[in-house]
Amino acid sequence: MADTPLLQVEDLAVHFRLPLPVAERAMGRRPKVLKAVDGVSFAIGKGVTLSVVGESGCGKSTVARLIAGLYRPTRGRVAIDGHDVTAARDRTRAIRRRLTMIFQDPQASLNPRWRVRDIIAEPIRAFGIAGDARETSRQVDGLLEQVGLAGADGEKYPHEFSGGQRQRISIARALASKPDLILCDEPTSALDVSVQAQILNLMRDLQDELGLTYLFISHDLAVVHHMSDRIAVMYLGRFVEVAEAAALFAAPQHPYTRLLLETIPDLGMTKRDREAVAGEVPSPIDPPGGCAFHPRCPHADERCRTERPDLRPSQSGAGGGAVACHAVEEGRLPPAPSGEAADG
Amino acid sequence: MNGGAARALLDVRDLKVGLPTRRGPLAILNGVDLHVKEGEVLGVVGESGAGKSITGLAVIGLLEPPARIDGGEVWFDGARIDGLSGDELRRIRGARIGVIFQDPLTSLNPLYTIGFQLTETIRTHMDLGADAAEKRAVELLDEVGIPAAASRLNAYPHEFSGGMRQRVVIALALCANPRLIIADEPTTALDVSIQAQIIGVLKRLCREHGTAVMLITHDMGVIAETADRVAVMYAGRVIEDGTVAEVVRNASHPYSHGLMGSIPTIGARIGRLPQIRGAMPRVGAVPAGCAFAPRCPDVRDLCRAERPVMMDGKATSAACWQYSPRWSDAAAATGGAAADG
Repeated sequence: MADTPLLQVEDLAVHFRLPLPVAERAMGRRPKVLKAVDGVSFAIGKGVTLSVVGESGCGKSTVARLIAGLYRPTRGRVAIDGHDVTAARDRTRAIRRRLTMIFQDPQASLNPRWRVRDIIAEPIRAFGIAGDARETSRQVDGLLEQVGLAGADGEKYPHEFSGGQRQRISIARALASKPDLILCDEPTSALDVSVQAQILNLMRDLQDELGLTYLFISHDLAVVHHMSDRIAVMYLGRFVEVAEAAALFAAPQHPYTRLLLETIPDLGMTKRDREAVAGEVPSPIDPPGGCAFHPRCPHADERCRTERPDLRPSQSGAGGGAVACHAVEEGRLPPAPSGEAADG
Repeated sequence: MNGGAARALLDVRDLKVGLPTRRGPLAILNGVDLHVKEGEVLGVVGESGAGKSITGLAVIGLLEPPARIDGGEVWFDGARIDGLSGDELRRIRGARIGVIFQDPLTSLNPLYTIGFQLTETIRTHMDLGADAAEKRAVELLDEVGIPAAASRLNAYPHEFSGGMRQRVVIALALCANPRLIIADEPTTALDVSIQAQIIGVLKRLCREHGTAVMLITHDMGVIAETADRVAVMYAGRVIEDGTVAEVVRNASHPYSHGLMGSIPTIGARIGRLPQIRGAMPRVGAVPAGCAFAPRCPDVRDLCRAERPVMMDGKATSAACWQYSPRWSDAAAATGGAAADG
């Protein structure tokens, strides 16, 4: 039982059918399908942070929403602590209590007409965690203090707070049901850097204190580097590389991971010209065949254009890394630019 | 000003922008001082609400009423431009100062083709015939890296991807060979891999054309890779000004110092990010004295009483009292103030 990961996801996929204009439907055209997530598998152990990183439209937020049960998966399986929760009817109250979510925009995810106290108390009441009103109130005060706000702030409305404080309220609400797993969907993307540092520190403190497990969704590699134990790089609905955080930055395997690491502007002031990377993310509605990255990949060959690579354990990657790339598997790729992280 | 090579192309002096309200004017900019030299890339950084974009808009006379310039001067190429009429400003905008905004979709007209928008702009500012303008449009699209430029002239903005649209916007800004480009968060709406391409294009073209750039962004990474000099803004003022290397590695102002420290970087993973407590004061609630005083780890009574002007700091100039000769006196006077603040 000790080996059961807290969250286990197997071959998870969701395909959205796009609405078709009436005229085209009348002509018998078939609706287009957007494969937002197309076969993703991973597991997260207790107390670990797994980050999913990728560019907009790659499906990273959809993964979080699938696990939260906000979408019904087309195929695949989600298990929490060994319990299959893929179908909504399997999500008992006991399971739902253990999994909460923090969204990107605290402005949009807090009800503007509720006092902060009521926002945070809602999960406590819904799951019957506190015995009575006084106990609920005591817990709300405790949560507010835990996230760095004062008990008196509970009487205010969300608009009276700054962006960073609102995100603290979101975190307090996420903690209210005493969860094990928190799905964090770009929790600091809407915040300024100095406030982002406060929130990231708070999230790590809470993790140490409460033994929380995070699934952390972000497009910001520096933030991901700071927060994660393991990192999954996602491209057009699939994971292309999964590795320990340190290994991923020290020796990226997949060409896309290398591209991402090379293109992030950093404070190193290299002043290099960076026009080498061509192309853009293709549309997920009609993704390229074979490896979805092949049109942008400098190492693509005939096999990459026709055969989709699966995620396979990488030989060189220490610590259980896996990569989905024919070129890596065949050893066609030049060795990873090691030491990338050291001089960053 | 002398006419030397390092003459400031754009010189903003003590610029004040206010928003009249029923309860009196609300100060958005509280005296911004900055300058851009010929051919230089000046990065303007700061958090949201610091006044970066407003500074850019005020310079080119695009402030949205009722916001208005309440004081100060804007000099461009040796002439004062803050009091000019709409018509006179329009002649400067586009021809001598190009502008790039954050969202390429809103700065392109969705109803006209790319080719029409480019040739229209070119012919407005340059004395060219239709054919010559079209030729120049193709050249520009080619320069910003749009493949098969000639065949894309008849395309509409929606047929382009985000990165391609931003390339078109850069082409538009460069139409009339301006001396200065004001780029307001030009890459914020783009993905990292596309962002790198756009920064590359902008850098290369400005170097080739000798165009100066005022690059407004909240992303220090972009600044570090692109700018020559940085102006850090806080609560409606420039509080530090220096070369990129000095500001990033050896900032003088405690705010810039804290800001640089709080940015997660790839490399050594540290347990906790250094953080600045609190948040920037809101417009209208900026304290007297130094606006950063309530968050400053090193605050003294002097900071709360009087607003610091720009002084020579470590290697940059910074608006901070610790670089004033009065600092040591202030320390002697109120030794315990910082501890319980």
